[in-house]
Amino acid sequence: MEQPHTIIARRIAKELSPGMLVNLGIGIPTRVANFVPAGMNVFFQSENGLIGTGSIPEEGMAHPALTDAAGHPVMALPGASTFDSAISFGLIRGGHLDLTVLGALQVDQSGRLANWTIPNKMVPGMGGAMDLVSGAKRVIVATQHAAKGASKIVKKCTLPITSTRPVDLVVTELAVIAFRDDRAILLETGPGISVAQVVAATDAELVMPNNIPEMSL
Amino acid sequence: MIGGFLGVGTPERIIDEIVRQNRHDLTVIANDTATLDKGIGKLVRAKLLRKAIVSHIGLNAETQRQMMAGELEVELVPQGTLIERIRAGGYGLGGVLTQTGIGTSVEAGKQRVEVGGKPYLLEVALRADFALVQAFIADYLGNLGYALTGRNFNPVIAMAAETVIVSADNIVPVGVISPDHVVTPAPIVD
Repeated sequence: MEQPHTIIARRIAKELSPGMLVNLGIGIPTRVANFVPAGMNVFFQSENGLIGTGSIPEEGMAHPALTDAAGHPVMALPGASTFDSAISFGLIRGGHLDLTVLGALQVDQSGRLANWTIPNKMVPGMGGAMDLVSGAKRVIVATQHAAKGASKIVKKCTLPITSTRPVDLVVTELAVIAFRDDRAILLETGPGISVAQVVAATDAELVMPNNIPEMSL
Repeated sequence: MIGGFLGVGTPERIIDEIVRQNRHDLTVIANDTATLDKGIGKLVRAKLLRKAIVSHIGLNAETQRQMMAGELEVELVPQGTLIERIRAGGYGLGGVLTQTGIGTSVEAGKQRVEVGGKPYLLEVALRADFALVQAFIADYLGNLGYALTGRNFNPVIAMAAETVIVSADNIVPVGVISPDHVVTPAPIVD
């Protein structure tokens, strides 16, 4: 049985197509880059001002001024470009980003995402999250289905939301969920997971189409 | 205003000197407060900041502690909005209209403006007394170039402050940087 984050990353990688400009958030989203089909050219943008984010450099090959948005040294792929933060967020806000993948604290059945603060407990700041969710052509949330036993897919977000723009897809280790007209629609179940298991694990109301296949990974 | 993204592209030598001179009660505008021992984190650790206007403080536990304890005022601004407010300040604009933050806690106290039937938040320009910039290369006149992801906020803050102080990895004779490769023109730099 694969780890949840591997299932999630592998499934989201299926949403990539050649030539896309993609932003991957910290945590599970960064793993999506590991599952891009061999030979498919996808441009990964890091919000700190790089398109062409590569993998982690070998010992001794890191450049102090070449990092990803989490501050980790990265390599830059051939054809990479670097630019300032105004251009970076122009790409993000201006609709040039085909896809952003980020994590969640909560997603509600309208598709609204809360992922930047737990007031009085965890206040890291929103960074680029609000711009990413508001500006990208497509927004996919990568998250484990529950945290500390509680469903992260809720009826209504109780935490401060990141944007009023509904996300397009939520992918967890148990389900793939889409959003339309303020309703959450169960599209697929996780490997070896039944529809009943998903419903039991989910706080939000789910619309159930006639055919709900298992994720094909 | 101080350049850098999690410390990358922050003028460390200028920061160290501010700490050495114990310049306190400062208001910093930057992307983030880095980590405990890097960049702006050193100013936080030395308790020199009164206020921070930033997009992110998640990687500096001391910043979060000072904020929760009421020792440091933190204004969190979405990164795209922050860089645009600074750009507006440098470009002589009163502010910008952005959809980022509409319907969230960021909207509090701000004006909504409708353009073409779409709602935007009016975000006002930001300027500063000083911009502390890290460049990769500077010629003797002050033309600047930047490297890789060390660029980030630097070229934008260089336009938006009264006094621009630059630290450069390389200082070279005039003519080494070709006109087409200059990112910040010399008259901007003090």
